[in-house]
Amino acid sequence: MLDRALTGSSMYYKLLGVLLILAAMGLAAFCIQYSRGLTVTGMSRDVSWGIYIAQFTFLVGIAASAVVVVLPLYIHNMKEFGKITVLAEFLAAASVVMSLLFVFVDLGKPSRILNIILYPSAGSILFWDVVALSGYLLLNLVIGWNTLEAERRGTALPRWVTPLIYISIPWAVSIHTVTAFIYAGLPARQYWLSAILAARFLASAFCSGPALLIVLCWLVKKHSRFDPGKDAIGKLAIIMTYAMLTSLFFLGLEFFTAFYSGIPSHMEALKYLFIGLNGHSGLVTLSWLFVALAAAAVVLLLSPNTRKNEGMLAAAAGCVFASMWIEKGVTLVVAGFIPNPLGKIFEYAPTFPELTIALGVWAVGFFILAALYRIAVSVKVEAAGQAVFRID
Amino acid sequence: MEASRRKFLRIGGACALGLGALGISDALAGSSEERETKRAEALSAARWGMAIDMKKCWENGKPGCIECILACHACHNVPDIGNRKEEIKWLWTEKYENAFPGQLSGLEPPAFRERPFLVLCNHCANAPCARVCPTRATFKRADGITMIDYHRCIGCRYCMAACPYGARSFNFKEPREHIKTELNRAFPTRERGVVENCNFCEERLGAGKVPACVEACEKQNCGAMVFGDLEDPGSKVRKLLAAHFSIRRKPELGTEPGVYYIIQGAHYA
Amino acid sequence: MKIYDGKFIIAGLVAFIGLATFPIWSNIGKASPLPEPKLDTPAIQQMEQKQCVLTRDEMRTGHMRLLDEWRIEVVRNGGRIYTATDGKIYEMSLQNECMRCHSNKTRFCDACHSYVGLPNSTPYCWTCHIAPREKD
Repeated sequence: MLDRALTGSSMYYKLLGVLLILAAMGLAAFCIQYSRGLTVTGMSRDVSWGIYIAQFTFLVGIAASAVVVVLPLYIHNMKEFGKITVLAEFLAAASVVMSLLFVFVDLGKPSRILNIILYPSAGSILFWDVVALSGYLLLNLVIGWNTLEAERRGTALPRWVTPLIYISIPWAVSIHTVTAFIYAGLPARQYWLSAILAARFLASAFCSGPALLIVLCWLVKKHSRFDPGKDAIGKLAIIMTYAMLTSLFFLGLEFFTAFYSGIPSHMEALKYLFIGLNGHSGLVTLSWLFVALAAAAVVLLLSPNTRKNEGMLAAAAGCVFASMWIEKGVTLVVAGFIPNPLGKIFEYAPTFPELTIALGVWAVGFFILAALYRIAVSVKVEAAGQAVFRID
Repeated sequence: MEASRRKFLRIGGACALGLGALGISDALAGSSEERETKRAEALSAARWGMAIDMKKCWENGKPGCIECILACHACHNVPDIGNRKEEIKWLWTEKYENAFPGQLSGLEPPAFRERPFLVLCNHCANAPCARVCPTRATFKRADGITMIDYHRCIGCRYCMAACPYGARSFNFKEPREHIKTELNRAFPTRERGVVENCNFCEERLGAGKVPACVEACEKQNCGAMVFGDLEDPGSKVRKLLAAHFSIRRKPELGTEPGVYYIIQGAHYA
Repeated sequence: MKIYDGKFIIAGLVAFIGLATFPIWSNIGKASPLPEPKLDTPAIQQMEQKQCVLTRDEMRTGHMRLLDEWRIEVVRNGGRIYTATDGKIYEMSLQNECMRCHSNKTRFCDACHSYVGLPNSTPYCWTCHIAPREKD
């Protein structure tokens, strides 16, 4: 089945080529970082995590969101998701690969990464996150692959796969909960020290993940003979709408607690993000872009007319994805370090090599995704063709 | 063909899992036989801690005295990177409002607000840095010292996110080129990619000497820094704390810092 | 028998075998002289009984294990003293004890390490530990 990744239109090859070039650029930048150290990044003693860990956090969310397709299909028997479940699972697998790569490129001593397994620390959330993510990657590859294999042969799913599917549902929730716990348990960082952080993470995952899936389905439909189906996309859009509203509501809760209580350490990061703090306003523009994109997404999604229009829905999904990427993939992590534990403000901006590496990791993920989708689509088109043939 | 490949993958997977489990069981098995490895002259304590009498620091020392910092950084080959972004420091000074953020009322004597407070790793009893470390490279020794195993640190910087005192520094670049003091050839340097931290001079304690900063302070006839066992009521540090009012940095976080600041009425007029 | 895409497969196989055996054929005829780690440092010459922490054979095969045990004992358990089987006391320190006698790192450590093809930085002891000054 793997050989199908090597067949495709010239456009497919061009896409792979472009992704490969971006990945190579990322690798070159990583070689520079590896030989000169993290000094080539914009990270500092005070903002000690930057775009890498922020991308890691965001992508764990995308990975976890496969559950919004798997759960309705296998628990509530929502058959319309049957056609896209493999797409969701493969998106999850590619996202886990990206998030693990982002942890890797962030390390000061990448050659020692196996120390996490050689000297496991049961008290460290990061250790558990690596365990949870590796397990989740395995689950999604095994489940997605067997689902597709069964579809290709026109047979039922092997029986041993079904329990794995049920395990994958709580597992998906757990990976993002554990990722939130990395942040939410640190006494030093008041912006992250919030019991709602895990819930916020899940809500934003369940809108940004389906948003990406909707855009991907739309692209697949445009460029192949496989149609994911209007019903599936419609259901996905509704889930995304609810999750987006929940996500914004949770963020609002943070504002209430911080500003009604008036505790300075709770307000500082939010002030820094939205109005600037003591003359430092590096993320204010980006934060308001988040607000604008989120507002646009909500307006487009709340009206059934725009939500049911294919092009408008893709635009709305784009807004959801971009706004959540800003919120979780940039500002949440950076603002946690501002002000620093001594009450001083040092800002952060990624450097060119840092951005090139980040882009390279995304390219690797999308390369894997493109190959997996190519396999999935070709199997689905073939299976659909055979079904039609059999009816004839 | 297909079936045997499956079988191969399955067996391979089982083996990989088994190997992984081996590592974990190794880690759980614990240390080998007991053998005395401590020097006879080594200083020991149930929990090392420090008290800094700020009035003495300001009034007994020569103006602008930073002998303790110089001694510490020279003794441990701490580099002078030359920029704030990648600065490495074990012991340094901060203003009151930064050492104790949120405590400033604004009505303090203006001179007080400018006074330097010595800050360093607090060697917390409940250290968040050690709790979050994914490889146990940062750990608590039995005597309360928060240690970093530089051989094991992977440079994930989770400990830096966790430390409420900004006490940890990361080696963004090769530190050795930036050591401006004369190299202490009896102590290692660090290398690029690991986090570093004050170690309460555990290498000196092991050889029967007090920390370098304390020694330097005593040499200045300042006597502001007192080091000792926080769990021994008869120790010098405990007697000092029993006789004077002291505060700690961010005690509300439950980290139980081991560095105390004695605040005595000083006149600033 | 016909092999589909035979020429690609055979060319690929040849290239693979060539690459995989690169260390062998690139070194043919270039035998390196056996390493001779030098023991002629002043500290060793002054010793009455030229005896290391363990016997010569044990040190040859097991010095890395000993160093690993020492570092764990020192860094993680705070121990400093090693008692050898002959009752002699040593400080467990690469930088301060091993190198006190073996003050010729380039002719002692490096002699074998480079013979067995370890790049300069492995084992990377010396990125942190400070090697002794050598005269030449």
